[in-house]
Amino acid sequence: MSDRGLIVGGLVLFLALVTLPLWFNVAAGTTSKLPELTLPEGKDPFGTAEYMRASHMDLLMTWRDEVVRNQERTVVGLDGKTYAKSLTGTCLACHVNRATFCDRCHDYAAVKPTCWECHLEPRPVQRAAQ
Amino acid sequence: MSMDRRRFLEVAGLSALAVAGKRGFDALTDGGRAEGATERRPAARWAMVIDLRKCVNDRGCTDCIAACDRAHNVPHFDERAHEVKWIWREPFEKAFADHGSPYTEDAFKSKSLPVLCNHCDNPPCVRVCPVKATWKRDDGIVMMDYHRCIGCRYCMAACPYGARSFNWLDPRPRVKELNPDFPTRTKGVVEMCNFCEERLAKGRAPACVEACGEQALVFGNLHDPGSEVRRLLRTRHAIRRKPELGTGPNVYYLV
Repeated sequence: MSDRGLIVGGLVLFLALVTLPLWFNVAAGTTSKLPELTLPEGKDPFGTAEYMRASHMDLLMTWRDEVVRNQERTVVGLDGKTYAKSLTGTCLACHVNRATFCDRCHDYAAVKPTCWECHLEPRPVQRAAQ
Repeated sequence: MSMDRRRFLEVAGLSALAVAGKRGFDALTDGGRAEGATERRPAARWAMVIDLRKCVNDRGCTDCIAACDRAHNVPHFDERAHEVKWIWREPFEKAFADHGSPYTEDAFKSKSLPVLCNHCDNPPCVRVCPVKATWKRDDGIVMMDYHRCIGCRYCMAACPYGARSFNWLDPRPRVKELNPDFPTRTKGVVEMCNFCEERLAKGRAPACVEACGEQALVFGNLHDPGSEVRRLLRTRHAIRRKPELGTGPNVYYLV
């Protein structure tokens, strides 16, 4: 067993190389960094932050089908007020910045929703971006 | 319980008779519905009447077309193969190919008129759509769900009016002035006139009707005997495009 040093050394080197990206991220401090989102003040009338984080896409798809298919265009929020079922009209009225709210989290989670291929950001948002 | 063959046949026969009798009774009396339910008749049947005496489309007016394009982000492609149309102008002899004769008046021969989706009573486009991306609403509007369209273009082949257009290219850069209140479409879907259902939901008339300075376009409810469209159809002679196909078009032209 005269090769013990060589084998163990080789294994250590191999492990170090394989885990290099992990060490690199630890050193850069990016592993535990969540996206910073600009949040509006007040409570979301359609659910808690946890619910929204997990299920906002289901909510939007349900709204979409109800509006397009059944012409059910309004929804009563948890605050008792009536809202239009509209991504650009209702959601983005408070979450005014798509880039620092929607996009930042979608980029982090590496998902590509197709909403914006057709839907346009409402006017004030466009103005703020310009 | 014991039962002989004769008794069994008697019971079975009587049961079958009872079931058949109930069905027949329901069919004859229009029964089988929940008690107190009235006949479900939609409140509206939307239709458009276009007065060709008032319309000055042949003199170059395109107000209705421009208003629709603005309201719905309709793109403009110069190449005819790519063009997207919701409401557009068509020469009289093309729109009403069966109405001409060798002696058709010159006035009609040179006439052009606005044409759009006829929101048919029996829409062939709806029948052929394999994914139910297009369907007929209770109020007569032939609606389209762009989210669902797979771009097979069967509906375009089925429509005898050429009222549907396909987005061969990304339409967004070709929209003159983007209206953020209405979505654009994306490459690979079919689009068509929606009778401004988004405006009707807010109680407003369609964009083309509102834009017409001559009031040549009239929009209304065919189920309401007192509506303007019904009054016009009562008092003037109206023609429709290709009614012989059985599609039941709902855009009427007063000649």
